[in-house]
Amino acid sequence: MEYFLQQLINGLTLGSIYGLIAIGYTMVYGIIGMINFAHGDIFMIGAFIALATFLILTSVLGFAFLPLVLLIVLIVSMLFTAAWGWTVERIAYRPLRGSFRLAPLITAIGMSIVLQNFVQISQGARVKPLPPQIQGGITLMQGDTETGAILVQLSYMQIIIILTTLVLMAGFTLLISRTSLGRSQRACEQDRKMASLLGVNVDRTISLTFVMGAALASVAGLMFLLLYGVIDFYIGFLAGVKAFTAAVLGGIGSLPGAMLGGILIGLIEVFWSGYFSVEYKDVAAFSILAIVLIFLPSGLLGKPEVEKV
Amino acid sequence: MAQPLLSVSGVETYYGKIVALRGVDVEVNPGEIVTLIGANGAGKSTLMMTICGSPQARTGRILYDGTDITRMPTHEIMRLGIAQSPEGRRIFPRMTVLENLQMGAQLVAPEHFDSDLKRIYELFPRLKERASQRGGTLSGGEQQMLAIARALMGRPKLLLLDEPSLGLAPLIVKQIFEVIRELNKSEGLTVFLVEQNAFHALKLAHRAYVMVNGRITMSGTGAELLKRPEVRAAYLEGGAH
Repeated sequence: MEYFLQQLINGLTLGSIYGLIAIGYTMVYGIIGMINFAHGDIFMIGAFIALATFLILTSVLGFAFLPLVLLIVLIVSMLFTAAWGWTVERIAYRPLRGSFRLAPLITAIGMSIVLQNFVQISQGARVKPLPPQIQGGITLMQGDTETGAILVQLSYMQIIIILTTLVLMAGFTLLISRTSLGRSQRACEQDRKMASLLGVNVDRTISLTFVMGAALASVAGLMFLLLYGVIDFYIGFLAGVKAFTAAVLGGIGSLPGAMLGGILIGLIEVFWSGYFSVEYKDVAAFSILAIVLIFLPSGLLGKPEVEKV
Repeated sequence: MAQPLLSVSGVETYYGKIVALRGVDVEVNPGEIVTLIGANGAGKSTLMMTICGSPQARTGRILYDGTDITRMPTHEIMRLGIAQSPEGRRIFPRMTVLENLQMGAQLVAPEHFDSDLKRIYELFPRLKERASQRGGTLSGGEQQMLAIARALMGRPKLLLLDEPSLGLAPLIVKQIFEVIRELNKSEGLTVFLVEQNAFHALKLAHRAYVMVNGRITMSGTGAELLKRPEVRAAYLEGGAH
């Protein structure tokens, strides 16, 4: 029971990070029907920008008050990563809009390789460490049983990750469902031509979708950095594939689906590593995806394609 | 004479290599209802979409209120006060009726929204009942009303209506045409209407054009065209109920 609880907390934490990345996949897919394979690398860039900002603030400028530093890091990395997302869409995807369906997909893979190599060359291939910044936590259960000592801990880091994710997702859901910008995005998703006939600047709306996805991915990047303490140019690949899986599992194109999918993938991975074997955790996650897709081809919360006309 | 609100001259439109409009000239004056009739595939809807810049005309010129809009992007053209209820209605199926109407009001200052909505609900009480229902679940007639209502929410000076009667019961067609006439009379709304239902359209319109195979072949007042034997033979016989 204690072990289960601890794994549940760990799973939710990991799932939050996946969920935040998955939103970027699902929104872009929703609006232009394309899988942005470079999105995982945008997440990686977000982590790098966060690390760089953190080091500049603490070592060069000498800021010492951690919450303020983290807040500045969060804002700076969101802004810069969003600019990366915007640029990638502008130079690599927009010129190909209207060409055959595979073209942007291939470009996206190319873009992913470009970003990885760019970071590898400019930042070096070695892993970049960051000493743990937020330590300690709340002990939920502690005691001795006949099988040994038990300890269930909810670290402050985990609290911060889960809370930030909740706040961001709530805010984001409101943005999409209530604001005029969100409405335009949904309109472009459902009928781009009609949206433009109502005066929506479709190109701008698509750009903003990339910007938002990138900003959320950068938050995930910052969390990844703080949680694991090491990053390298390659972290975007696996995290990206996992988040993409999460988006598909939840139903690609569906926002709540991406969040749910992220949490599920996180839980599956953590529980599998906890109870069975760590080596096979990815196999477990991807097997669940395959099984779900066999029975629910449009994912858990995806909408079926049929529409009454 | 005052300058026309919309003037289309020598417009040719292509879909790839296929020519859809072969040099079309049409004028719509302020306060008029002008209709364009023609058979399936004559290019009527293409003209409507070309006016809105999607696709853009390959040659020719489109002037709206004195501004050349031929090469403008669609969303900027719509900003000038043109609204379209397009072919196939194009309701956003996964948005509620209210959200569809909000999309229509996209370009209008928010303070007008409540009073405009009230007026729309008076014109189409059915939409009020369905306000929180998803667009995709409406019946064909309701979707048509919503498409027109959505266009009206944009407070247009020029309303483009593409086959508002398509697939609707005669009673609803009558109702919709009544609303158009009313808006034209009371608010001076200029309407450019594409129709296959030629009888109703010609009766409603001040002036009319006939399009065949991407060209305008005839024009005149609605009453004049109604009397023309070739119009009667091609578009009215068997259709005039």
